[in-house]
Amino acid sequence: MRHASDADPYLKIVGITKTFGRFTALTDVSFEVKRGEFLCILGPSGCGKTTILRIVAGLETQDSGQVFFQGRDVSSLPVSKRNVGIVFQSYALFPNLTASENIGYGLKNRRRDRGAIRKRVDELLELVGLELMGPKYPAQLSGGQQQRVALARAMALSPDVLLLDEPLSALDAQVRILLRSEVRDLQRRLGVSTIMVTHDQEEALTMADRILVMDHGRIVQSGTPWDVYNKPATPFVAAFLGSMNFIGNGVKEAAGVVRVGGLSLQVGDGAADGMSPGEGVMLAIRPEDVLVQHPGKSDRNTLCVRVGGLEFRGPHYRVTFHLPLGDAGPSKLEADFPTEMIRRLGIRQDMELTIQLPADRIRVYAL
Amino acid sequence: MADTAIHSTGPARVRSILDAVDLHQWLMRGMILLACLWMAVMVVLPLLQLLSKSLVDHDGAFVGLANFIHYFRTPALSMSLYNSLFVSVVTTAISVMLGFLYAYALTRTTIPGKAVFRGIALLPLFSPTLLNGITLVYLFGKKGLITTGFFGYFEKSAGITLAADIGLYGPVGIVIAEVFYVFPQAMLILSIALSMTDARLYEASDSLRASNVRTFLTVTIPGIKFGLMSATFVSFILCFTDFGAPKVVGGNYNVLATDIYKQVIGQQNFVMGATVSVVLLIPTVIAFLLDRISQRKQVALIAAKSVPLTPKRHPVRDGVFLAYCSIVALLLVAFLATAVYASLVRVWPYDLSLSLKNYNFRNMGGGGYPAFFNSIRMAFYSSVIGTVITFASAYLIEKSKGMFLLRQGAYFLSMLPLALPGLVIGLSYIFFFNQPTWAILGLEVRNPFNVLYGTMAILVISNIVHFYTVSFLTATTALKQLDKEFEAVSESLGVPFYKTFFRVTVPVCMPAILEIGMYYFVNSMATLSAVMFLYSADIPLASVAVANMDDAGDVAPAAAMSVLIVLTNITARLLYGLMTRGVHKRTQAWTRPVST
Repeated sequence: MRHASDADPYLKIVGITKTFGRFTALTDVSFEVKRGEFLCILGPSGCGKTTILRIVAGLETQDSGQVFFQGRDVSSLPVSKRNVGIVFQSYALFPNLTASENIGYGLKNRRRDRGAIRKRVDELLELVGLELMGPKYPAQLSGGQQQRVALARAMALSPDVLLLDEPLSALDAQVRILLRSEVRDLQRRLGVSTIMVTHDQEEALTMADRILVMDHGRIVQSGTPWDVYNKPATPFVAAFLGSMNFIGNGVKEAAGVVRVGGLSLQVGDGAADGMSPGEGVMLAIRPEDVLVQHPGKSDRNTLCVRVGGLEFRGPHYRVTFHLPLGDAGPSKLEADFPTEMIRRLGIRQDMELTIQLPADRIRVYAL
Repeated sequence: MADTAIHSTGPARVRSILDAVDLHQWLMRGMILLACLWMAVMVVLPLLQLLSKSLVDHDGAFVGLANFIHYFRTPALSMSLYNSLFVSVVTTAISVMLGFLYAYALTRTTIPGKAVFRGIALLPLFSPTLLNGITLVYLFGKKGLITTGFFGYFEKSAGITLAADIGLYGPVGIVIAEVFYVFPQAMLILSIALSMTDARLYEASDSLRASNVRTFLTVTIPGIKFGLMSATFVSFILCFTDFGAPKVVGGNYNVLATDIYKQVIGQQNFVMGATVSVVLLIPTVIAFLLDRISQRKQVALIAAKSVPLTPKRHPVRDGVFLAYCSIVALLLVAFLATAVYASLVRVWPYDLSLSLKNYNFRNMGGGGYPAFFNSIRMAFYSSVIGTVITFASAYLIEKSKGMFLLRQGAYFLSMLPLALPGLVIGLSYIFFFNQPTWAILGLEVRNPFNVLYGTMAILVISNIVHFYTVSFLTATTALKQLDKEFEAVSESLGVPFYKTFFRVTVPVCMPAILEIGMYYFVNSMATLSAVMFLYSADIPLASVAVANMDDAGDVAPAAAMSVLIVLTNITARLLYGLMTRGVHKRTQAWTRPVST
């Protein structure tokens, strides 16, 4: 029995739909979270990611669909009976209570004795590295410290699920990077199943065990950060995470071959599988995947182009080319080359360059 | 574990159903419903009663608009509508202009003593409008200080005649008295509008080398245009519905407010009283709606991240404004000083020696000191009960979830009282509470609210309703500044909303709560229009005593009673200041970062 329930998803969301008036916020959203897993829900603003979090929390009521915690249907339970810990974007720390009082806010209501409450609060303060900050009011703490108090408060009642709503977005860039690993470490140590909502792709890539990408109230892709970045399921996901070149007006010629204008390009195994020859396709390749080759070396997918522009970005340059596609029309291609390479090869504006678009790095989407 | 939960047996299923019933949500819903019901009973039903009264004849038979036709066909009656509109428009124009200049000086110049100027400008808010009239009588009446040229003092000593009769009784007197009453309110609205501006607009205008006049016309005025509109409509409403000033200095110049009084109290003609009330109500409601629209747009004008403007020194401009503010402040102080002086003079103008004789209200109509203490009691009850009800309803409407229609309804009902003149509230309460039985579907039902008639309770309720909206808006503004997730956080921690309400919401909103309490107290103390119809002989009130003594020709004791009201209110204001300072000290810890 016990093993069976361990194998079950810890958290299961089935067919959630939610509308606000005429606006459909969520359409048939289903996903699962394993025990101890850190799931990021990533998407642009208005994609419904916060709504799904609030439904899991019990702060909003879904129109249809169900929420299960450890196999138990909690769909109609209010938030107070779901045992979730929530950290809001604004932290929502009570301004008239000290850090300790904020953290102990829910403990006090459980009628535990004072000694036990104080011990637990101290434990939590230590957990988030704020041992000396207990008697301070939120306004006297830095943004990062406030964030940690909010996290400690959310963990005070040992929740089954931790829900984070853009918890780092109110912080300075440097603090944010620091807290990413801190939050992740804490979550690992406590082993609490976590859902974090964010619109910051870097945050999702660095923190998550798994990413759900949402758009217009639907889940468009679910997978590990590596999968979602390297094998984006749709052009939307490709464009939302990192940069992506899109080359339109292509036609599939045969298995593994796509023609764009005057160019015939090889694509990786299975990249254009679901499509039949003659079907219109769009190609996509990330700027960092474009390679520079020795001139004259006629490898697969090499072409000769003129450097259109160089933009310095610190560790690398973004280089712009115009692809000679003939009747398919001009198409811009961007590539990221390390600064060291630009210097070594002496790459300048208007220079002729041989580049390669590696077949296994090209994604193909149906038009 | 999962299996047992899914195939739940009998008791487990019962428990899960109980779990799903969110007691706290239901408690909140019940309380909102209660708030709606309270407003419906105390505002809507009495108002409907008043409206229906205007559509029937003396025997209660439905006559449609016959009363209104009669009203407009009788020049003696309809003249007062024209008169009311005339004095209100003139008062509004003057007050908004004076208020704008004063507010501009306080917000956009570097004149010294802004706090003092601000405090003095708010002085008229503490006094009943009757006092403005009475003071004017002492200044410009037949035996007034200025009419007689300071009792001929300058003529005797220097041979110059400084006497001037301005023809006080009538529109002149009403307009002057109303300007004193309306000026502080217009000034307040405009200084808020003027203080909410984006300094970057002025920097942009400067950098484009626009002249000062051009900047004023293209940045300043558009920036406060809705504030100006709001000040205009509010001034109009205040003047249009005021009763105290025209009662004292109106003379034979009839306005709507005095007409209602004469119809109801003088001629016991309740039907015509109701009809005139509706005539009074219509322009008021229109001005109220326009004001709401302006205010909403004013709020929308302010960018989320605007940079506050700090005025720069400008000797000439600042000098002119300092002179202007000094003159206005001096007038305001002199005005109040005249009232105090008049109340202390033994027999105006024959025996100018000072005494407290007029403060001995014995052998005087109106009720004397018992009336004064009744007023304090009434103001205190209105303040405490009103603050609790207002803040709690604002909290429920602002912070509860779902129940969209109910909350919208409650919000609308909370805004409604602002459109209702005190006279209308008073008169509709007479109709509603004095009726011993209701006829519902042909059945005679005892009016359960009839017991309130003639009690302290009805006076307190009428004050709470009369001053409800402004208090409600103060509470709502304060509540909106709280993080909207406080309730969600405490729910997720298993803490019921009412605990968070007392532990977080109330302490954090304490400054606003005190402000509401002060507002209720000061206004209840000075108000006349609503309570005039509702007080009973057992519970005389100070403001009513002022009106009655003035009516009986005992002007000096009337002035004395008014001065007592003003002093009480200033004391309340000072007490409020002390309490706010105490709260501020406590809250400083939350808000001021200490170095670590």
